[in-house]
Amino acid sequence: MVNNTIAINAIWKILETVKDPEVPVLSVVDLGVIRGVALEEQLVTVTITPTYTGCPAMDMISMHIKMALNAAGYQTTIQTVLSPAWTTDWITENGKQQLKAYGIAPPVGKSFDQTYLADLIVPCPQCNSTHTVLVSQFGSTACKALYKCEECKEPFDYFKCH
Amino acid sequence: MTNQKNEIDFLLHLADNALIIGHRNSEWCGHGPILEQDIAITNIALDYIGQARNFYQHAAELINRHPIGIDITQTGNDIVLPATEDSLAYLRDVREFKNLLITEIPNGDWAHTTLRLFLLSEFEMQLFTQLLQHPDAQVAAIAEKSIKEVSYHVKWSQDWVLRLGDGTDESKQRMQAAIEAIWAYTGELFIQPEYATAACLNYAAIQAAWNKKVSAVFEEAGLNIPSKTFVQKGGAEGMHTEHLGYILAEMQYLQRAYPNSEW
Repeated sequence: MVNNTIAINAIWKILETVKDPEVPVLSVVDLGVIRGVALEEQLVTVTITPTYTGCPAMDMISMHIKMALNAAGYQTTIQTVLSPAWTTDWITENGKQQLKAYGIAPPVGKSFDQTYLADLIVPCPQCNSTHTVLVSQFGSTACKALYKCEECKEPFDYFKCH
Repeated sequence: MTNQKNEIDFLLHLADNALIIGHRNSEWCGHGPILEQDIAITNIALDYIGQARNFYQHAAELINRHPIGIDITQTGNDIVLPATEDSLAYLRDVREFKNLLITEIPNGDWAHTTLRLFLLSEFEMQLFTQLLQHPDAQVAAIAEKSIKEVSYHVKWSQDWVLRLGDGTDESKQRMQAAIEAIWAYTGELFIQPEYATAACLNYAAIQAAWNKKVSAVFEEAGLNIPSKTFVQKGGAEGMHTEHLGYILAEMQYLQRAYPNSEW
């Protein structure tokens, strides 16, 4: 049992090295898509949940998880669950900092009450100005909206609440 | 067994709706009025394809669990077993598709496209909210997941209805023309299909909530609801407009010409 816990911790460490292909600074653990890890003999079952139903990155993420764990000697199956639905609240604090450092504004506020659909003040990840405007609710990927900073004039992606 | 058949038909209905409207929206890829809106409509298309996949996958699972004794098609054509999300999307013919007619009519101009999406996504918002109580946990889970995306679709399309309706003379005239053209297809939204038997469903309540929302937005935009009430219907039972055949011809060509090809 103790050995099992140690092994599962080691698996989580490996998962931290698997990055979101669209946002390569963010690990799948920080993204909050790993729902659980189970180990039986040498067979690992990783339960994941999609960010967006149509997100093409999810297939790639599954593949990268398998490759990383196979390289460490584990047989891996990936299980997908939809409920409870992923929300941006599950992005870790560390993940949010990584996003900002990468130039993507992290989600503002909590996602559960749908106030995220109202116009939000999203600080610019470059200059921290709150003088920003929404250009489009749909950005370069399904999970991002496009904003522009009126201060430093830089356009930027906003990881929108979901 | 009847319940099982009903649930499969209902899942195919939801999946076909999502697939066909997703396909229609994707036709805008590279043709949107400006780059940001081109990206928005194609992102929305992607959300729909994702929803279609979830519904098809679940339908396939149920079909494969009870392959004997379930007559899956209206026309008696065989469905390929084991069923997969791909076989359900690519290897059924027009009469087997159960999507609402409003999803298959051509895009028209930007006003037609955004209005259709507003009318449809507000309907989905209400329908999926009821599906949260569905006895099949996977159906409820797909609804829960989809609602988050649909919220953004409603918001985005509603903003366009307001912007064009309350815009210039030209934009207002175009949005009003879109309403006149599409309105006859909205009645079908509220006709409960025979196979939609889950107890959580109440189409009268969906219609009441939808009417309230649509009237409020039209009023704010200065648009009129047509007095004509003729209802075009039949899609949910496989009776389609001429347009669906053309969509399927384009979408299914590759799988039919080169069976089981992958990319």
